[in-house]
Amino acid sequence: MSRMAGSGFVRSQTSIFDPAATPAHSVFGLSMLVLSVTLSIFLVVAGLLLYAVIRFRQRPTDSDREPAQIYGSNQIELSWTVIPILIVVMLFLSATRVILETEAEPKPASALDVTVIGHQFWWEYRYPKLGVVTANELHVPVSDPAKPTPTYLAMSSADTDHSFWVPRLAGKMDLIPNRLNTMWIDPQAPGLYLGQCAQYCGTQHAKMLLRVYAQSPEDFAAWVEQQQRPAGHDFSGNAAATEGQTVFMHSACINCHTVAGTVANGRFGPDLTHLGSRDTIASGPVQNTPENLRKWIADPNSMKPGVLMPSMHLNDHDLDVITAYLTTLH
Amino acid sequence: MMQTTSTIPISAQGEPPWVLPSRGIVGIACLIIAESAIFIIFVVAYVYYIGKSLSGPMPAQVLELPILGTICLLSSSITVHSAVSALRKANLRGCTAWLAGTVLLGAVFLMSTAREWYHLIHDVGLTIRTNLFGTTFYSLVGLHASHVVIGLIMLTTALALLLSGRVSEKHAERLEVLSLYWHFVDGVWVVVFLVVYVLGR
Amino acid sequence: MANGHPVLEAIDQTVEVKRRPPLDVVYEWVSTVDHKKIGLMYIAYALIFLLIGGLEAVLMRIQLAVPNNHFVSPQIFNRLFTMHGTTMVFFMGMPILFGFGNYLVPLMIGARDMAFPRLNAFSFWISAFGGLLLYFSYLGGDGLYGMGSAPDVGWFAYAPLTAKVFSPGHSTDYWTLAILLSGIGTTGTALNIVTTTLCMRCKGMKLSRMPLFVWLMLVTSGLVFVAVSPLTAAQIMLTLDRYLGAHFFDTQAGGSAVLWMHFFWIFGHPEVYILVLPAFGFVNEIIPVFSRKAVFGYPAMVAASVGIGFISLSVWAHHMFTVGMGPAGNTFFVFSTMVISVPTGIKIFNWLATLWGGKIIFKVPMMFCIAFLFQFLVAGLTGIMLSAAPFNWQLSASYFVIAHFHYVLVGAIVTALFGAFYYWYPKVTGRMMSETLGKWHFWLFIIGFHLTFDFMHVPGLLGMPRRIYTYEASRGWGWLNLIVGVGALFQTAGTLVFVYNMVRSYKRGEIAGHDPWDAWTLEWATPSPPPAYNFAVEPTVNSRRPLWDLKHPEDPDFNYE
Repeated sequence: MSRMAGSGFVRSQTSIFDPAATPAHSVFGLSMLVLSVTLSIFLVVAGLLLYAVIRFRQRPTDSDREPAQIYGSNQIELSWTVIPILIVVMLFLSATRVILETEAEPKPASALDVTVIGHQFWWEYRYPKLGVVTANELHVPVSDPAKPTPTYLAMSSADTDHSFWVPRLAGKMDLIPNRLNTMWIDPQAPGLYLGQCAQYCGTQHAKMLLRVYAQSPEDFAAWVEQQQRPAGHDFSGNAAATEGQTVFMHSACINCHTVAGTVANGRFGPDLTHLGSRDTIASGPVQNTPENLRKWIADPNSMKPGVLMPSMHLNDHDLDVITAYLTTLH
Repeated sequence: MMQTTSTIPISAQGEPPWVLPSRGIVGIACLIIAESAIFIIFVVAYVYYIGKSLSGPMPAQVLELPILGTICLLSSSITVHSAVSALRKANLRGCTAWLAGTVLLGAVFLMSTAREWYHLIHDVGLTIRTNLFGTTFYSLVGLHASHVVIGLIMLTTALALLLSGRVSEKHAERLEVLSLYWHFVDGVWVVVFLVVYVLGR
Repeated sequence: MANGHPVLEAIDQTVEVKRRPPLDVVYEWVSTVDHKKIGLMYIAYALIFLLIGGLEAVLMRIQLAVPNNHFVSPQIFNRLFTMHGTTMVFFMGMPILFGFGNYLVPLMIGARDMAFPRLNAFSFWISAFGGLLLYFSYLGGDGLYGMGSAPDVGWFAYAPLTAKVFSPGHSTDYWTLAILLSGIGTTGTALNIVTTTLCMRCKGMKLSRMPLFVWLMLVTSGLVFVAVSPLTAAQIMLTLDRYLGAHFFDTQAGGSAVLWMHFFWIFGHPEVYILVLPAFGFVNEIIPVFSRKAVFGYPAMVAASVGIGFISLSVWAHHMFTVGMGPAGNTFFVFSTMVISVPTGIKIFNWLATLWGGKIIFKVPMMFCIAFLFQFLVAGLTGIMLSAAPFNWQLSASYFVIAHFHYVLVGAIVTALFGAFYYWYPKVTGRMMSETLGKWHFWLFIIGFHLTFDFMHVPGLLGMPRRIYTYEASRGWGWLNLIVGVGALFQTAGTLVFVYNMVRSYKRGEIAGHDPWDAWTLEWATPSPPPAYNFAVEPTVNSRRPLWDLKHPEDPDFNYE
């Protein structure tokens, strides 16, 4: 039913009515209850209103006398105070149950820990126990309901407020500087889950997209192993990449970006060690192709106006070789 | 449509007299409520940040109880109350004396705050930008002090009007309204004193 | 019109002089302390900002009508949503509602003016200056160099985005200062309304006999004292941070971004009640008159209004369900927010019961009030959805929330305001507005409202966050945003018809007389427009509907109250 609700009605991969993980399922259940209650209230009250404005409208055949003046009725007023109170109590208890289910759930030992740091306008992901650092594309293992392996996200921000919202996996949680927030997700089917930053964080808030890749345990292990390797630096046969590496390491790029195993160890911008393995750049809106990458490096503002990466004012040759280098970083 | 401007009936005989509260008192009460809300927020910020400064001087190290200032300020509530009573009884000389006393006591309070700040800034090196304690201390105490300044300006104006012979007993209620503001300023000091100098240290 | 009092006759005669030099007229308005003129200035000022804020909205809707649009840059878009929100709340909503309050409260309680007329004038002018300051930012926001720029931090200006390091220049400071000044003005007006209501009611008008509009302005003004001050305090703190190096919201120095949120929403939530309670007041006056019945359950209406005022102070963090307050915090605010639906529901049911058994007259003021009832019902129900915190974790900061609060602001408040304009315009000007133009206004606006705000809920349910200047085509939000934009055009057309109606009717409307609607409260006992002194003789009342008692001497209200 939830699958039909989400994809049947409108093609959207970010529908809250198409849950794919336990937190989103819990919220979905509560939302169905709340929607049915409010819909019933609407039908009753709006129905009465509609009836009243039709039945009691002034007709030309009416006499000139004013209608009976009714000033109140204690019984009626009591009933429409008590019944709403009962509805409120019921909704409150239902909401509380889901709050506790989600927030007060003890963390299982099998959980994967990921630290998420929000930046203007990209996402930093660190897997502390695995020694993995990456950006913008979050990989997690799927979770088998019989033996759950959820992913716990410990979240904060390096600058302004952000919010992590992947509707099919869970409700959103804010990333706030000088504060640690936690949430968990446990996607049950492999696939790509989309979302985006949901707290206005500056000029390019709109293009701070989220991509969560849920993978089978084998695929996830393979990905981790790849990410744990330092950057490749043997480009035999690829002269452009060799030259590109040299140019890169001598330019200001290294002040903002990290490429593991080299002198580039800047933390202001995304880690580029495995840039070549990502589907997108610029935190989601741009496909990761050599043409796009070159255009981005030449002038990031042309693709994401207001982004904090400046144009490096490189000449065409340097752009070509640096692009060649970066595309080899798988 | 009926012409009804002046034909609304006079009330029946035997109804109690129609008495409504005084505008000045209600007005100043509203202002006090609004100002209290501002102070409460600064107090909340102060309390929230107790112990959270990342560095720098801590309250216990640098703050001393402002005994003299406090006694002066709280006594000035008594003197201003006496000034109002005196004016009600048409005792203009008494009112002038009590009012002058109030202004004097308020000025002593301000001077003691000024001395404290001078010491903190020049000797201890605590400013509003030093740490969270500095930020919340100077803003809360400073907000209070600015209200004392405003109160003193108004009290001095009242004193000047008294001295120039323009005030009589029929202005007693206006002086009472002013005194209520002054009592409010004193009440805020009690809270600031307890939060900053007692609780916070 | 002779009224037997030489001074009052002299005043009447001065006003009758035709063709006064324009400079005299300007001076009279600029220096006035008359509550009616001040009220009208507030309203005119707010209408100008309604049009400007509306233009800002239309520009945003054009940008969002199709994915990946390039109508405006992200920088301009971010300024547009900041200015739209700030303008509509502080320089349209507040002034227009306090303008109506200023005009009507003394008339409704049989008084001749507000308690503190000079404070009244001061409050208006300082608020007006605040609005001009906000818009001056377009010129001066970047200091001396380059073109100015308006603030772009969102109308709630979350820290640390507002810190000097993330918002250099002065655009944020224009936001802060403009609102600070208008807050002073609002507090002054609230002080005036409370003092006038408590201290200047005419003989016999006990608190339990006041019109419900006056009660609601009283509660609103009480809320202003405790709600606007926290914002003033927070803005002082922000300015200290930005200019004196303070650390209130400086997360690098251990400060808390969440503290700003708490302070802002301690203001922000009561603020929306400050906006909606006067709208309830309009509806409370109009529905009985056009149903030809007394309001059902006056004491419950008063209790519900006061209750809503108090409870509204305890619900603020339902705007913060996603900041990680933990289960205890979240649960408390779910409870308080759900509780407020009880008195709110009571009001809706009482309005329904007032209509029930009445003789409903579908003139334009009533049409708007009936639309208000349906629309406010929906707004309240989407509010209940948002109060369920887990559901809120999905819906917050999305277009669902924007749809919800515009349903309240436009569907309830602006709709009731339109009704109020048609209802009291005859009193203010002495002429009726055109019913035909009014019906065109109504239908154009309501159709546009529903096209925009009904459909706007859906992108939120499909994952569209707020404050984004564009979106990916693959999200499936495009056609919905297009419909939303089309609705905006209908609303614009309706509003323009309304403005035209007001201007045209001023000279060509049918003469109204004292009491065109056969109503029951004291303002309808004065000539239209009322003379400067309102009442020649202070009235005495014996019930909640003094004019009903006069018109129905065989069955007056005081037999039943």
